[in-house]
Amino acid sequence: MSEGLVTVSYLGAIILFILTLGGLSHQETARKGNIYGIIGMTIAVLATIFGPQVTTNIHLIIIAMLIGGSIGIILARKVAMTQMPELVAILHSLVGLAAVLVGYVNFMDPTISFPTHVEKVIHEIEIYIGVLIGAVTFSGSVIAFGKLSGMIGGNPLILPARHWLNLGLLILTIWIGYEFVQHAETGDAMTYLMIMTVIALLFGIHMVMAIGGADMPVVVSMLNSYSGWAASATGFMLSNDLLIVVGALVGSSGAILSYIMCKAMNRNFISVIAGGFGTDTGTISTGDAADQGEAVAIETDEVISLLQSAKEVMIIPGYGMAVAQAQHTVNEITKTLRDKKINVRFGIHPVAGRMPGHMNVLLAEAKVPYDIVYEMDEINDDFPSIDVSIIIGANDIVNPSAQDDPNSPIAGMPVLECWKGTTTIVLKRSMATGYAGVQNPLFFKENTRMYFGDAKESLDAVLKGLE
Amino acid sequence: MKIGVPGEIHTGEKRVATTPDVIKFLQKLGYTVAVESGAGAQANFSDNAYRESGAEIIDDTKTLWESSDIILKVRAPEKNNKLDLDESDLLKEGQTLISFIWPAQNDGLMQTLAKKKINVLAMDSIPRISRAQKMDALSSMANIAGYRAVIEASHHFGRFFTGQITAAGKVPPAKVLVIGAGVAGLAAIGAANSLGAIVRSFDTRPEVKEQVESMGAEFLLLDFEEDGSGEGGYAKTMSDEFIAAEMALFAEQAKDVDIIITTALIPGKPAPKLITKEMVDSMKDGSVVVDLASEQGGNCELTVPNDVNVSTNGVTIIGYSDLPSRLPTQSSQLYGTNLRHLLTDMTPEKDGQMIIDMKDEAVRGATVIKDGEITWPPPAPKISATPTKKPVEEVPVTPEEIKKPGLIKQSLPMLIGGLLLYGLGSVAPSSFMTHFTVFVLSCFVGYMVIWNVTAALHTPLMSVTNAVSSIIIIGALIQISSSGTLLVALATIGILITSINIAGGFAVTRRMLEMFRK
Repeated sequence: MSEGLVTVSYLGAIILFILTLGGLSHQETARKGNIYGIIGMTIAVLATIFGPQVTTNIHLIIIAMLIGGSIGIILARKVAMTQMPELVAILHSLVGLAAVLVGYVNFMDPTISFPTHVEKVIHEIEIYIGVLIGAVTFSGSVIAFGKLSGMIGGNPLILPARHWLNLGLLILTIWIGYEFVQHAETGDAMTYLMIMTVIALLFGIHMVMAIGGADMPVVVSMLNSYSGWAASATGFMLSNDLLIVVGALVGSSGAILSYIMCKAMNRNFISVIAGGFGTDTGTISTGDAADQGEAVAIETDEVISLLQSAKEVMIIPGYGMAVAQAQHTVNEITKTLRDKKINVRFGIHPVAGRMPGHMNVLLAEAKVPYDIVYEMDEINDDFPSIDVSIIIGANDIVNPSAQDDPNSPIAGMPVLECWKGTTTIVLKRSMATGYAGVQNPLFFKENTRMYFGDAKESLDAVLKGLE
Repeated sequence: MKIGVPGEIHTGEKRVATTPDVIKFLQKLGYTVAVESGAGAQANFSDNAYRESGAEIIDDTKTLWESSDIILKVRAPEKNNKLDLDESDLLKEGQTLISFIWPAQNDGLMQTLAKKKINVLAMDSIPRISRAQKMDALSSMANIAGYRAVIEASHHFGRFFTGQITAAGKVPPAKVLVIGAGVAGLAAIGAANSLGAIVRSFDTRPEVKEQVESMGAEFLLLDFEEDGSGEGGYAKTMSDEFIAAEMALFAEQAKDVDIIITTALIPGKPAPKLITKEMVDSMKDGSVVVDLASEQGGNCELTVPNDVNVSTNGVTIIGYSDLPSRLPTQSSQLYGTNLRHLLTDMTPEKDGQMIIDMKDEAVRGATVIKDGEITWPPPAPKISATPTKKPVEEVPVTPEEIKKPGLIKQSLPMLIGGLLLYGLGSVAPSSFMTHFTVFVLSCFVGYMVIWNVTAALHTPLMSVTNAVSSIIIIGALIQISSSGTLLVALATIGILITSINIAGGFAVTRRMLEMFRK
């Protein structure tokens, strides 16, 4: 295959990748989008293999791809939908690792030569940046995986003077980069590249360790973004437009997701990345239960009769639903109620769960029709006409103090205004506070009923009663 | 002790202070009950019904008053024209009278009653505390008045309340404005809403907004910061500026609505004049104003107390002050129950012996005369029914914060960015700049495309972009043909792990998307 044909194939692949992302705009076109992606990837890989740059070792390619592909497909088949955040995180780490490997190989390859000094310097900077981003993505994703799967505790690890530490690491990285370029001539630059890699790995670990559980949606989408930038940097290094374009697409996609998540929590990106949410201001208005009034508990029979006499029901799921694996029961309840001509809808907060769109995937898995699942902005005005809202394992996203209490650590965060409905039922294991450590005045509102117990067991009991 | 319930003598008063149901409860408290013959006739409670519930029926008014220890009434004592003497003259030392008294307005009556050396409990003076809600006759009566106001309005209104599309054409729904969202206002909102009208409401106390909305009305807001919440859940007088803004709102609403129901009262003061003659003149022909404050002078300038007045432009202004009495069965039952609750509190031993315990906050508030001594007004209630609102801490906004960043500040990042790009362009070779162009353009394309992605698909988006970002495999593929075992090995590992990613990413996306079904 000639150079020209390869370029044309790459162009086709680029267009297909753009169509992939475009296809995800709607549920109807999303599956087609995914297929475009597969075709695009196949074209790109085949064009490269049959292109002029690959001459030997084709058997290695086939073996590696077969092994890798099989592992990937097994992983994809076996993973439970509640574990999606973990899977996405670990897959990100692989992209990061690949970027590091490609960078090293490229640096060590003796056959690459440049006509001018400037081009050589730029190339070395490109290698340096590619490896840097790749290493941060790798270690950050591994830690994110550990946190999401529960191997590492979800609490933020706050090192003293962490901001200074980060700044110091950044300056150090720049200085090493300068030395790396200087020594590239003489040949002992490898040491500097390795030192930087270690620093970048540490930086990635430190960054994600400092971020708490509920900020994970931001971290996951941010790592998604990084994996794109890593690919893009590799593209510069290899002078390959396909990598540059695709990397940039993925990078901006992740960046936009991070932005959306941050906005949904009314936090700015820097403060999420800097980590340690709730430690600075959390103590101010962490009122204890006593001065809030009394929470009214409710029994299963009452929940059932409330639901049966309702016309409009809103279900607000949170991370607790994922933990309890209650989505299938939720779907059964939804079906039963809808058969009784009760209008059941779902209200999804953008940061509910541990990953953007986490709740949607869980509900889809349980076969909840997606046209009754609404985003916060679509349904927040409808709450006054809702008879019963059911909160399943959510806390901060339904906390009225985000609106009422300017001193609250979550002040200004958009929340689902379920208290404007007639009755709110909160499923909770105990009266513990949410992730932000803020007491939730919702629980003490007159029209709120607390339904204590494991979400799955409670909902099973309700379902049994409804039938 | 013996309870006597005389018939009401006020013209047009149809209520009675007890019902057969209530009498059964009173007997359980140990009391004997006597009812004047015909007392409940107007409220559809016959003498026979009272007799069946165990009450004694007494024909002679004087005998009833004389033989009773406790007199239960609705209206305050007044002149009985049939007997040609005042009801207060029938009272004798040691008796207890429980009825509406309005001590603030009836100073003369209070003096007369005090001279009789009796006990008087005023049902209108029951404090508005949570515990006393069950005996709060004002609320019970206001509830009825609000409902009846809507019924009276519909009686004088020439159209449906609800909008309909009929074979004979379209009927627009009536628009109802309820001013004052107290108990009566809320009841009126509920009644008008359930008849199908479009209901709006205004109140000076912003905290009632939720109650108004819960009853199905739109809460009209003034663009004005002032809280009208007074003590005990009542309203207070507002500033002149506020009243001006409020009047402008009413003037505007008057042109639009078909029915206005006013319930604005400030305790111990004449009712505020809210609907001027000009506003009535601007209303449509056939519109109705119901003034629930007519007894305190009325909220509407054209209100004729206790009567119906039709303005020159055909607007009916209803000034009935006896709306509860127009629903006599209902109001007698609720009032009788309120009295019964009060007596239950005052008869702790259930032995028919009433005790006026001045330490009981509800009883203390209601007792206006004790053994001939005027004990009104009572000390201020300790707890109000609605919890006092905590003052909301205002976060001062400094003007600098809201000021938009200046032109220089806005354009500075762009300028710096531009300069940096120029700096880059001046040193970088053209091959780099070509790649760089592609990179920047791709970022923009990505930006445009991603904003269209629906939030529900964010997880599939992440897994598919993850698979797509494994395009980095191209790098590893190119390097597989390098010389040197180490390089080839590294490249092979690269291919292996990115293949995991490609296959895993696309497969899991597919699996997820399969689940999204309508």
